Amino acid sequence: MADDVRVLGMDGLQQLVDVLGARGYSVVGPTVRDGAIVPGAIRTVDDLPRGWGDEQDAAHYRLRRRDDDALFGFAAGAQSPKPVFFPATELFWRGRRTGEEFTVNQEGPEADGDGIGPYALLGVRSCDLHALAIHDVVLLGRNHVDVRYAARRAGTFVVAATCAAPGGTCFCASMGTGPRPDAGYDLALTELLDGGPHRFLVEVGTPRGAEVLDEVETAEALGVDVQGADDVAAWSVAHMGRTLDTEGLKDVLYAGAESPRWDDVASRCLACTNCTLVCPTCFCTSVEDVADLTGDVAERRRVWDSCFSEGFSYIHGGSIRPEIRSRYRQWMTHKLAAWVDQFGTSGCVGCGRCITWCPAAIDITAEAAALRWTPQPTVTT
Amino acid sequence: MSLLDNREPEPAGGAPAALLDPMLPRRFRIGHTRQDTRDTYTLELEPVDGAPLAYLAGQFTMLDAFGVGEAPISISGNPLVPGPLEHTIRDVGVVTHALITAPAGAVLGVRGPFGTPWDVSDAAGGDVVFVAGGIGLAPLRGAILELIAQRDRFERVVLLYGVRTPEDILFGDELRTWAKDNGIVVEVTVDNAQHAWRGRVGLVTQLVPRAGFDARRTTAFVCGPEVMMRYVASALVDRGVRENRIRLSMERNMKCGVGLCGHCQLRELFVCVDGPVLSYDRLAPLLSCR
Repeated sequence: MADDVRVLGMDGLQQLVDVLGARGYSVVGPTVRDGAIVPGAIRTVDDLPRGWGDEQDAAHYRLRRRDDDALFGFAAGAQSPKPVFFPATELFWRGRRTGEEFTVNQEGPEADGDGIGPYALLGVRSCDLHALAIHDVVLLGRNHVDVRYAARRAGTFVVAATCAAPGGTCFCASMGTGPRPDAGYDLALTELLDGGPHRFLVEVGTPRGAEVLDEVETAEALGVDVQGADDVAAWSVAHMGRTLDTEGLKDVLYAGAESPRWDDVASRCLACTNCTLVCPTCFCTSVEDVADLTGDVAERRRVWDSCFSEGFSYIHGGSIRPEIRSRYRQWMTHKLAAWVDQFGTSGCVGCGRCITWCPAAIDITAEAAALRWTPQPTVTT
Repeated sequence: MSLLDNREPEPAGGAPAALLDPMLPRRFRIGHTRQDTRDTYTLELEPVDGAPLAYLAGQFTMLDAFGVGEAPISISGNPLVPGPLEHTIRDVGVVTHALITAPAGAVLGVRGPFGTPWDVSDAAGGDVVFVAGGIGLAPLRGAILELIAQRDRFERVVLLYGVRTPEDILFGDELRTWAKDNGIVVEVTVDNAQHAWRGRVGLVTQLVPRAGFDARRTTAFVCGPEVMMRYVASALVDRGVRENRIRLSMERNMKCGVGLCGHCQLRELFVCVDGPVLSYDRLAPLLSCR
């Protein structure tokens, strides 16, 4: 719990959106579009999914009407804020060939016409905030920097929200990544719907957060507000739809590389790539060159790619992982095991999206548990 | 928690961060393209901006045929001698075909150099075994030339080279020079040949047991198809070479070369930055897993 804690009413929340806008931020938060919660521009509080909740289970996602006016009364949306900083397609450069010469012009994020922020994330969940921190390590914290991600990510203001409505596929409590934001925010909200006025407990995480909040009408936090927020988080912990036993999980996956369980999951997996598209930490990309008919004008784009595509591992002579069993193993072993060696944390934040959006209802928590209890084949050499 | 959380917002629509972009190619002009075998060519490239590319033997670049695409290609030149940047390329795909058919004077894109080097100096004081399969000789050439430049620092040096047919032998003149003038035992074997071939027929792995080297103080540098490298590494281990003295150059799909695109991952390794040259003790548990 932060030292600086205040209470924000509905008017105050609108003021917060206005102050962030006036300070030059593009405010992005949860919106309802096409029957799902997805990140979108927030200009007024009315842009938020007021009164919307959701039902989530393996291969199942439905919005539902809540019987209250909750603004953040749903679990992980169909997409995390990942595309805000790491769009599904992005221009690297445009080039022109004249004779045997060519010139290329580096293109920054503004080339795609959607601006480069700075962004303010409103209502971002703890799972997605942890995913953002993971992307910062992957894309900014190593030898080579993703310069476009760096430009989009610079100066991001974070207004986090405690998850008050975990879904049937959620397991952030198992991963230590939620439901209450613990780091990486300027301000953290917990929505209080306790019969009193509709309000938010606000925890201040940074001096910049305090400065912004000073421009907004707030009230002193009372014991009932602080206790109410604790109760919300405790309720969420108790209502996680899934659990994942992470004890020794890396060793389980490394040792289970030849487990017959991969054949079992491969018989169900369609290799459709949905899980990697909705995963807030998946970062694999490909490049595509597009030329005009003369071949003289070309551009190179980066596009999201997936380890589930057959072409992903193609080298001359064929694909390294032609079978779905190998691809599922690659994805899950990377996410839950190799990631720890590469980046120091699990690659999974327990948001549950890969379970919800899998058309075959494959459940990473069930697969990990099954792998743990499936006998290893006898290795013969 | 995050590197950027405390940065002040910059004005919207401002210039993108002035960080060095590893995805932007440098321009190199083709000085000369030499045909080495029926399907393999060596490109000599000159930097358009005049600044040579410093690299280490074993590293690779992403070579870019404008409007067609990029491919990871090992540098095959001598890192110790200033001169054109050399890549030896087999004509096997759309990009490699565009590269080898580009006329002299054409400008190509080059990103890199990327990846880990062979570090042949690390083998000084002992015996050295190079094992190459097919085009795998090209990435080893720089290491061999580096060794020759300081030949007296090494004891017995052996090059075992396997190719499909005698017509596929790369750098034939150099192989003879290395054997005749540079104190390297060069053993070549082919998978199959016509009657005119008087050399060995068989797999390169069969050369390992009878090649004369002191296994306990040998460092091996291996490059070829993955299945060949597995069998060669295993034969070297059987012969007594320590796993951490065997280095393999791994091939994987690469789109970025800088560890960001994820394509080349081998469990916890990013082959483009942790490799391509990796020691067998790290690779052994990963290679059999498909």
